[in-house]
Amino acid sequence: MKTFFTSSIVRFLARRLLYSLVVLLGVLIVAFSLVHLVPGDPVRIALGTRYSPDAYQTLRAASGLDRPIVEQFLGYIGSALTGDLGVSFRNGDPVTLTLLDRLPATLSLAVVGIVIALLISVPAGIWAALREGRISDAVVRISSQFGVSIPDFWMGLLLIALFASTLGWLPTSGYQALSDNPAGWLRHVILPGLTVGLVAGAIMTRYIRSALLDVASMGYVRTARSKGLPPWVVTLRHIVRNALIPVLTITGIQLATILGGVIVVEVVFAWPGIGRLVYTAVAARDYPLIQGAVLLIAVLFLLVNLVVDVLYAVVDPRIRLS
Amino acid sequence: MIGPILSARHLRVRIGRRDIVRGIAFDVQREQTLGIVGESGSGKSMTVLAATGLLDAPGSVVTGTSVLAAAGDSAPTQLLGASGRLLRTIHGSRIGFVFQDPGTSLNPLLTLERQITESLRTHRGLTRRQARARALELLDAVGLPDPEARLHSYPHQLSGGQRQRVMIAIALACDPELLIADEPTTSLDVTTQAQIIDLIRNLQRDFGTAVIWISHDLGVIGQVADDVTVMRDGEAVEQSPILDVFDRPQHRYTKQLLEARPLIGGPGPPPPADAPVLLDVDGLDVRFPVTTPIGKSIVHAVRDVSFSIRRATTLGLVGESGSGKSTVAAALTGLVKPDAGTATMGGTDVFGVPRAEEKALRRRISLVFQDPFSSLNSRTRVGLAIAEPLFVHRLAKGKRGRQSRVAELLDLVGLPASFASRYPHELSGGQRQRVSIARALAAEPELLILDESTASLDVSVQARVLDLLTQLQCDLRLTYLFIAHDLAIVQRMSHDVLVMRAGEAVEYRPAADLFASPEHPYTRTLLAAVPPARPRAADPA
Amino acid sequence: MTDMRLADEASGDESARVASWRLLLGNPVTTISAVVLVGIVVVALTARRIAPYGTNKIDVADALQPPTGAHWFGTDELGRDIFSRVLLAAHASLQIALASVAFAFVVGVTIGVISGYRGGLLDAVLMRVVDVMFAFPVLLLALAIVAILAPGSATTILAIGIVYTPIFARVARASTLSVRVEPFVAVSRTLGTGHLYILGRHILPNIAGPVIVQTSVSLAFAILSEAALSFLGLGIQPPEPSWGRMLFDAQGFVQRAWWMGVFPGAAIFATVLAFNLLGDGLRDVLDPKQRTMIEARRQR
Repeated sequence: MKTFFTSSIVRFLARRLLYSLVVLLGVLIVAFSLVHLVPGDPVRIALGTRYSPDAYQTLRAASGLDRPIVEQFLGYIGSALTGDLGVSFRNGDPVTLTLLDRLPATLSLAVVGIVIALLISVPAGIWAALREGRISDAVVRISSQFGVSIPDFWMGLLLIALFASTLGWLPTSGYQALSDNPAGWLRHVILPGLTVGLVAGAIMTRYIRSALLDVASMGYVRTARSKGLPPWVVTLRHIVRNALIPVLTITGIQLATILGGVIVVEVVFAWPGIGRLVYTAVAARDYPLIQGAVLLIAVLFLLVNLVVDVLYAVVDPRIRLS
Repeated sequence: MIGPILSARHLRVRIGRRDIVRGIAFDVQREQTLGIVGESGSGKSMTVLAATGLLDAPGSVVTGTSVLAAAGDSAPTQLLGASGRLLRTIHGSRIGFVFQDPGTSLNPLLTLERQITESLRTHRGLTRRQARARALELLDAVGLPDPEARLHSYPHQLSGGQRQRVMIAIALACDPELLIADEPTTSLDVTTQAQIIDLIRNLQRDFGTAVIWISHDLGVIGQVADDVTVMRDGEAVEQSPILDVFDRPQHRYTKQLLEARPLIGGPGPPPPADAPVLLDVDGLDVRFPVTTPIGKSIVHAVRDVSFSIRRATTLGLVGESGSGKSTVAAALTGLVKPDAGTATMGGTDVFGVPRAEEKALRRRISLVFQDPFSSLNSRTRVGLAIAEPLFVHRLAKGKRGRQSRVAELLDLVGLPASFASRYPHELSGGQRQRVSIARALAAEPELLILDESTASLDVSVQARVLDLLTQLQCDLRLTYLFIAHDLAIVQRMSHDVLVMRAGEAVEYRPAADLFASPEHPYTRTLLAAVPPARPRAADPA
Repeated sequence: MTDMRLADEASGDESARVASWRLLLGNPVTTISAVVLVGIVVVALTARRIAPYGTNKIDVADALQPPTGAHWFGTDELGRDIFSRVLLAAHASLQIALASVAFAFVVGVTIGVISGYRGGLLDAVLMRVVDVMFAFPVLLLALAIVAILAPGSATTILAIGIVYTPIFARVARASTLSVRVEPFVAVSRTLGTGHLYILGRHILPNIAGPVIVQTSVSLAFAILSEAALSFLGLGIQPPEPSWGRMLFDAQGFVQRAWWMGVFPGAAIFATVLAFNLLGDGLRDVLDPKQRTMIEARRQR
């Protein structure tokens, strides 16, 4: 760790940061445009049956929709950077606060999900790769296909039916914050976490297996064997370690996917997270809330990717020193 | 101690329903080198991997015996069918391995120290400090400069030749009795190859190691081997001491191999009639950007190179990897835009040709690449591939016209007309190269550029393709720019030679002069590095 | 002289196409999946005719019946025959999946090929746009699109189509890039061949493999996405039956009527699984690296 921040690492990270900023700009544009792409008048649609000329004017002015587009966009970026994402069309609450209020629940779910996914996929992927071509490999491959193909809301229903309704071991829905009651948190997060984790785990098993097989066919693995090293050394030090990079990538992507994909699971388990919030917002045409959620999730995704990039730089000496 | 260090009998390897290796026997004498030579598909690598218990092909069945001599008090070891645990005590400690491709044989994420000391700590139980000291000795022994610093380096920071030295250090770390070298110099430049050959010979002498050296190159085998086994199609067709193989070959195939070898000092091409200059290149300069995850950098591939080619003659362009020779070809065929320089062919400015006339120019210069596999679209039939220039330049009347012209071209390159309906993967490497030549000729070009076009072919196939090219040059008065790294072939094919190094033109003279008395030190180094026709054992000096 | 010596050089084996088919069908899993899919398609097409009861034959007296001879999959809370509804929903789901993937395919592959082939500024810009789209999770973006336009089948097709376009663009671009640097493409350029010929004869046939595999996989996920949207009430609108909506309705009856949730879910599962397994089988044949491994294994 002597000279960690070599010039090549700095250059690498600078490029990735620049790239992320460009994508962030695109994300802002997309989030901003959502409300403007609505055919018809978004304010009127949002008000629906609560429409009245006064309410209309008030809401319109409050959301800034009466100003020219460019001005709106710059204003949007400006406020977004300071954390102000507007107010909900439905109840006038600040979007940012609402999102932050719901974020911990979704994060709990995402983290528990990814941990379960890793616990399943890493051993399964390694095991299947080591036994490539044999029956156990085929079993893992087919079961992971099963996991990938199951609709997560169906799995959620089945898990509820089995563990909650029939066996009564776990609650059917609801959430308890970790800080309030760890035991309760665990009891409530298990089923939805499993739902998310099993599906993500299936996807990751396939990637990990394939990454390991790619690495196992490399020349340096043959060299390692030719040195007469014990199999576990060859597997861990040469195969798994070199497969870490693709595994990092897939974990990052999956985490990001989970963040946005928990919508349905949250609905099934009445989980008070951002996903469920988006669902109700869409039903109510609450555009600022939808925009805010979309923006937040995309930003989280970019952050996860940046973290993955930093980890690359740490793990791969070809980037560290060139 | 007497008797061979490794002794194999009735060695047979079967994969699926095919016998890849069919009943081979060989002995490796202590402190001597057994050279195993054969073309691709002969089974030479598989034989040795199977004999040493390292074969890892799924579904393979190995029968026969392979006995490693006793060490100290222990009994001799039967390697075939031995348990994994037993084999692991032998691999890396009594038998060391060096493989062909230094690029992928080293783990990119581990330091050199780690990779060298792994086997030391596993087999000899050394502590970290002891292993490190030994690693330093080894790096020094293999001639790596500044070994202290190198211990902390990673493979990507070394050149190909340096990486191969590290592989040798790893293989010899535990002082094995037998070293297996599987095409160790095939991926290296000829100068580096010469260095590695000398290195292994010296180390063999110093450590007292026996060596099995596998190669397709008889010249290399001549430099290293005491005994030779010639393999073909999974069988050993001749097994003799080195001098007998070279001077008194018994089997027809061995004689074929010897004859097909291109040699320095062999005959050159037939002299041309006096001819005007066809292509005149002046001050060619090419740079291109390279993008890595870190950032962009510029590679100065060609620096101020000038030459000219007379009609119906061959200019041989010779250089090692990174010399820029392929970039010259790319510039002439429009694949790369030069940064400076002019090239005139029959009055036309090749580099500055206006858009409208570009297509007509392309017709006049044709290119044949090295790799027979990827030079042809695997989804297009051979006939269509050859007809492409006819179609593009409207050189034949309609489909029927193209078909008959394709048949003519196939005949010209010595292939039956029925090949037109085949797909490339149904043809052998040599046949595919002929198809590439036919396609290049379809446009009736004035200049044909051959970029390492025989480098991927077996030596006997290569000889035939070169014969074809010579014949075509005679019959059709073709002009060639012949790019290669193999000096012997260049001498055979070229009237004039241009030697390049790191983008610069180093020597440019008629072939006869250059090979008789090379002027530039680099040219002399190149020539000296080429394995001579006679094996080393022939002159004990 | 040369003709005689040529006989020594070994020639290759049987035609590529025959070998591919044999490899594809040799895998029992793939063949079963293909058969199952064909079956599902047939069912979807003939659903209206073979469904014993109509879409919405409400018969409250018969509500919440378990599977019996009269109702193979039981009835729901309104007495509707679940078996018929499952069959009819197949039609709607497959239609949406095919239409949306077709959209994503056409737009995505076009963008990807052009971007990969031209390179330069156009490539950089297009890929940044694709990257931005990738920053949004699939379902989230689809929901946002549905929020903009009204919920319904047409919107669902558009939403899923738009959201799946980037992956096709990326796959097509990556393949195009790797084919573009192959020597045979370079040779064509040196021959003076025009871009259209190169694209049509050299690039497209060689990217077909990965793109076809992606199509199969995307079809699988499109069905999942459509089911999720319908589950949330934002996809296929009632009274048109949809598997997703049926699962939503089943939520309230998890204990009393397990058949309401199991069968539609199983239908989604089976269809998606079949597409995924087919995609795997196709990948074994069409991806050269996979293929050599599989062929070697078959030799045993």
